Amino acid sequence: MQNTWLFIGIFIAIAAVFPLLPIVVARFVAPHKPNPIKLETYECGMETVGDTWVQFKVQYYIYALVFLIFDIETVFLFPWAVAFDALPLFAVVEGILFILILVGGLLYAWRTGALEWS
Amino acid sequence: MSFWQDPVNVIGEWIRSFLAGFLPEAWVTFLYTLLSVVIVASFGLIIVIFLIWLERKIAARFQDRLGPNRAGPFGLLQTFADMVKLVTKEDVIPEKADRLAFNIAPILSVVAVLLIWAVIPFASGWIGTDLNVGVLYIAAVGSFGILSVLMAGWSSNNKYALLGAFRAVAQLISYEVPMLITLMVPVLLARSMGMMEMVQDQDLWFIVLAPVSGLIFMVSSIAEIGRTPFDLLEAESEIVAGYHTEYTGMKFGMFFAAEFLHAFTIGVLFAILFLGGWRGPGAEEYRVLGVVYLMLKGLFGYFIVMWVRSTLPRIRIDHMLSFNWKFLTPLALTLLILTALVEKIFEGSAWRVPALLIGNVVVLVISFLIVRVVSRRTAKERVTFKKRPEARPA
Amino acid sequence: MTAEQAIFLFISFVILFSGYLMVTRANLVHSALFLVVALFGVAVIFVLLDAGFLAVVQVLVYIGAIAILMIFAVMLTRGNATEEQESVNTGYGWALLLSSLFAFALIVMLGQWQEIDALAPALSAERDTIVELGTALVSPDGYVIPFEVASVMLLAALIGALVVARPQKKGK
Repeated sequence: MQNTWLFIGIFIAIAAVFPLLPIVVARFVAPHKPNPIKLETYECGMETVGDTWVQFKVQYYIYALVFLIFDIETVFLFPWAVAFDALPLFAVVEGILFILILVGGLLYAWRTGALEWS
Repeated sequence: MSFWQDPVNVIGEWIRSFLAGFLPEAWVTFLYTLLSVVIVASFGLIIVIFLIWLERKIAARFQDRLGPNRAGPFGLLQTFADMVKLVTKEDVIPEKADRLAFNIAPILSVVAVLLIWAVIPFASGWIGTDLNVGVLYIAAVGSFGILSVLMAGWSSNNKYALLGAFRAVAQLISYEVPMLITLMVPVLLARSMGMMEMVQDQDLWFIVLAPVSGLIFMVSSIAEIGRTPFDLLEAESEIVAGYHTEYTGMKFGMFFAAEFLHAFTIGVLFAILFLGGWRGPGAEEYRVLGVVYLMLKGLFGYFIVMWVRSTLPRIRIDHMLSFNWKFLTPLALTLLILTALVEKIFEGSAWRVPALLIGNVVVLVISFLIVRVVSRRTAKERVTFKKRPEARPA
Repeated sequence: MTAEQAIFLFISFVILFSGYLMVTRANLVHSALFLVVALFGVAVIFVLLDAGFLAVVQVLVYIGAIAILMIFAVMLTRGNATEEQESVNTGYGWALLLSSLFAFALIVMLGQWQEIDALAPALSAERDTIVELGTALVSPDGYVIPFEVASVMLLAALIGALVVARPQKKGK
């Protein structure tokens, strides 16, 4: 099995090198004349006021949380799906029960307004 | 297999025996793997050059104009001209930017997309590497793309880039949920996560067995790649260029290339998972035909992506996220439950195919009815919000 | 030294070094990014152990969801992107003592283990490990009770986190 993963390992290395080549070429070919105005952060032509920070909006965190729960749920379900042939109907119902418990969680999130963007 | 039927494996065997003549076994494996990696990765990158031209031509035709036609015949050399232009642009790094993350983000973006090509089955026996967890591997490398968006937005030290990055990541992770769930439906139907087996099991294309799941996969994939109608990530009029505002020159070129390649890759993935991949008449004997069929089906998927892009307007972010969590995810879960039940109850019987098809259609119709009823109810509530004096006949 | 052992040593070094960088960097977002490197190293170790499914799950769940959650939390609460923090723990004397004792105990125990040089046994190719995992997860004399309890636990985690993180709607 490890030969198959060796391919992936080498692929990661090569795939990291391929985009580096044009960037390195650009380093030699492109002009490099920094001046303070060019190096400022871009804000549609105006000057920035204050530090760079974003208002804390808990909604982002909640979406990431719900995504995490469903991510783990699907990860549990993938072996169940692959082993489908060897499972009796009872086992299929168990898997469906697993899904339904988490659908309940989604419904809770929906009803308490956690999924609203406001 | 003779040379004309299976050129890749014949050449591969020849190279292996040639190398084994003067190198120990481990080095032979290493060099052979290195060579196949370079070929597959180069294929992915060379396709991008063609794709950018194709995209611009087709988008132009949708908009009733010609598209690039000056650089070379039919504008085919336009992409090279663009690449030359981007290479010669100055690479401006904002002064307070985080150097390491700023430089790694575009590379990570390209790596995330290229890694998908390692498991794509081009034809019977022609695959980079047949992982037994191919489908889940594809979902996993998507997470590197998400990470690159976050790194790009944060390291630019620019409020708008950071805001754009947060919104982009919120969109990407939200739409990954229905994508994962609908990825499970072909896995269920093929009883395997390996890409080769997925295609070999499609005597009957999975789009017939799970049409609505295929539709949801296409929709969530379009959201994953950030195309209209989900292209809030780069809405030029709203948040400048989103998370890659501060990138110039070739680094921007890398984000650009990664996006196009990603769009074509999901066209190919849709073809593999739902449209039968490389299968077609004569594809087992003459392997090159398999590649042709896969590319045609992939281009069809890509054409759908471009068609949707040229037709629909942009959705607002709150509509987009509620569409995902309140419609797509419950629908995808319902379809998964339906497919699992029908597969088990009608296992091996002839009623399996019609039962699945009818089940899918019924679920879709019921969901549309529910949406219609709910939207009528909420619309009515909003209209009767404030009582106004009206003139009525006595 | 086989290639497998060489890769294992290299990856272990990467994990430990990025773990060290993660706890010593003053910039919290840098720490989060080194955490990602360490988690990726763990995925590579899973591959070395012939557990491809777990490697992919590690990347998908840990890097794709948990690391992103942490980076969100850091970026949203830290505010200023360049803000840095002192990162020395004042109780480090005790920590140093306890971890040295633990390391010493581990080294003594492992030194007395006879098969420490043995390579991991290769799984025979006929066993389809994912099908076995799937059957074990839902078979009544397998792990079905932990399977269902896991879903209830995920439900509890979801509800608990939503209750804690819910924006205050009333009274403001």
